[in-house]
Amino acid sequence: MAPSAEDLPGGLTRRQFLGGVAGTAGLLAVGGLAACSGPGATGTAPPALTLGSNYSDDVPRRAMQAVVDRFSELTDVPVVVNTVAPQAFQDRISAYLQGTPDDVFTWFGGQRMRFFADQGLAGDVSGVWSSIAAHHTEAARQASTASDGNQYLVPFITYPWVMIYRQSVWREMGYEQPATLDELVVLAERMRADGLVPLAFGNREGWPAMGTFDILNLRLNGHDFHLALLEGREQWTDKRVRRVFETWRDLLPYHQAGALGRTWQEAARSMIAGEAGMIYLATFAGEQASEEERDDLRLFHFPLLGTPYDDELALDAPINGFMLSPRPAQPGAARAFLEFVGGPEAQGIFVAQNPNRIAVATDADTSGYTSFQRQMAQVIGEAGRLAQFFDRDTRPDFAGANGMQGLLGDFLHEPDLELGPYLQRIQDFWDSLG
Amino acid sequence: MPLLLVVAFIWLPTLACVALSFTRWDGIGGLADIQWVGLRNYEDLFVGQPAFGRALHNNVAWLLVLVLLATPLGILFAVLLDRRLRGSAFYQSALYMPVVLSLALVGFIWQLQYSPEQGFINNLLGTNRQDNLIDWLGNRDINIWAVLVAAGWRHVGYITLIYLAGLRSVDPTLREAAAIDGAGEWQAFRRVTWPVMRPINVVIVVVTVIEALRAFDIVYVINRGQNGLELLSVLVANSILAEAGRIGYGSAVATVLLTMSLVPILLYMRRAFRQDAA
Repeated sequence: MAPSAEDLPGGLTRRQFLGGVAGTAGLLAVGGLAACSGPGATGTAPPALTLGSNYSDDVPRRAMQAVVDRFSELTDVPVVVNTVAPQAFQDRISAYLQGTPDDVFTWFGGQRMRFFADQGLAGDVSGVWSSIAAHHTEAARQASTASDGNQYLVPFITYPWVMIYRQSVWREMGYEQPATLDELVVLAERMRADGLVPLAFGNREGWPAMGTFDILNLRLNGHDFHLALLEGREQWTDKRVRRVFETWRDLLPYHQAGALGRTWQEAARSMIAGEAGMIYLATFAGEQASEEERDDLRLFHFPLLGTPYDDELALDAPINGFMLSPRPAQPGAARAFLEFVGGPEAQGIFVAQNPNRIAVATDADTSGYTSFQRQMAQVIGEAGRLAQFFDRDTRPDFAGANGMQGLLGDFLHEPDLELGPYLQRIQDFWDSLG
Repeated sequence: MPLLLVVAFIWLPTLACVALSFTRWDGIGGLADIQWVGLRNYEDLFVGQPAFGRALHNNVAWLLVLVLLATPLGILFAVLLDRRLRGSAFYQSALYMPVVLSLALVGFIWQLQYSPEQGFINNLLGTNRQDNLIDWLGNRDINIWAVLVAAGWRHVGYITLIYLAGLRSVDPTLREAAAIDGAGEWQAFRRVTWPVMRPINVVIVVVTVIEALRAFDIVYVINRGQNGLELLSVLVANSILAEAGRIGYGSAVATVLLTMSLVPILLYMRRAFRQDAA
């Protein structure tokens, strides 16, 4: 992701005033730590915990450092953070996990976690969950649970996929939030007449279009079908999937032309600049806005499509969290760290510094939330069912650049293609992965 | 000893790759987890996702554009520069500038030029509005050619550099003699310079073929080689260096690429041996 533009509140809380806080360490379950400090420990610091992090952009990296500093302050355990750019981190994950992974590492919820957990490449964190469960919803627990029924992920931060617009632009033009598909189409027609691109859209990277597929499938066919399809328990040739593409096809004329050559950042900027009326994207769109512009951004749920699944008011709200090495070098410290980041304090520290994400913990301190963050929390709170995101709800090789990303590109390039053979090709591709 | 190194670091991995192309393996677990699937991976090249066919097409297009356009243009520039035109240093620096850049960097530069609304090219042409937008990198009917312009931009300078060095080493008395004998500019080049330059010409052909087959970075930085920018090399990378590796499938693509590379290599070697024998 591109470097963020925000100005951040300055100085971080470093661990200068370490001395006075030794007492608070008792809050954490660090009993195990004493055993780790090794022979002849004469008040020296315990060995360092290692953390593999893909939070490499400036803003998230500093926010993560603040969390780590606070942990070290509380427990006296030094943490070595090994930061790798997200794409490289993801591409190398299976080699990384089979080598000597860091004690704890950042990863994603859903199938994307299960794929590695089910192959024994991650450590069971059910124990951690027994102490953090009170802070989390059932949806977060499900996104953290692998096929064996145990948890392998500690949830940290999240963000919703929603409709986003500039309030000042809409006020000036007198637009209202559309609640249904018909209202959306009416609004889009009006925007076009007013010289605006109704829906900004950029899909150069291949994955943003997956968000549109997700929400249409969730609205038309429901959360259960959506997950069943992505997990291979339903067929892509099903007529319900066909309806998703038919609906999408009808909406495409209201989308920005040339989406396949535009990055999501460029698309978000055209909405922020007032050239496009709205955008369907995750709230990381806010990274492209200045602080002032971000305060002007408003969010709403993707419109209802008049199906029985409208009541679910489902949306994609991917959860990013932490996983445990299958063989951590510092098991006690790793557990203490996971309990810390799974709780409200650490998440509060992170989201105070990164205004495009919110905490997963339901009791995190939200008093410092910006208006953008408050809306994110509200939208997720209103949603009845949560999905992760296409590439987190299905197997990684199916979702890849030369997999479903390329296949969705085929549809966007030629929306009028014959859906029958097209959906058959998708199913054949799934089957070939076997 | 050096021979052993070549065997250990080049031929063994190559043979392992061919062997892996008959297996199914996600890169997780030891050798025991590898399943033999026969020709399955080669059949899968043609199933579902049409990336392989497009990649093959694009690699061939890449080769043809370099061989038929970029390389001859580079040779032409070298011949012109060799005549010590006025301002030759200026032209040379302009031609060589892109050569210093990696193809990934070339990709970044041209992405900015081709950007739909904000790019230089669409603003220059006035084709940056919704109703007449030219989607240089997204429209798969044109994006491979747009990328080839960028790749050619660098390749021309590269060829000029090599060819000019060769021309400078040709004994000028040869051409003087031809001129005295009444040969025109073109004749002197065809009958005298070209035959003398033979070794360099072979190098140029080899360089061009290698550049075409190893093309990778520029499309990888643009969109990881999808939506019309598929290349065999990227398909290999996306299959093997991914969250869930498709090692067998990727190896099958790599084997196809290997077979394609062997053709020019064998032709070149046959020629080299024949000359040795003569």
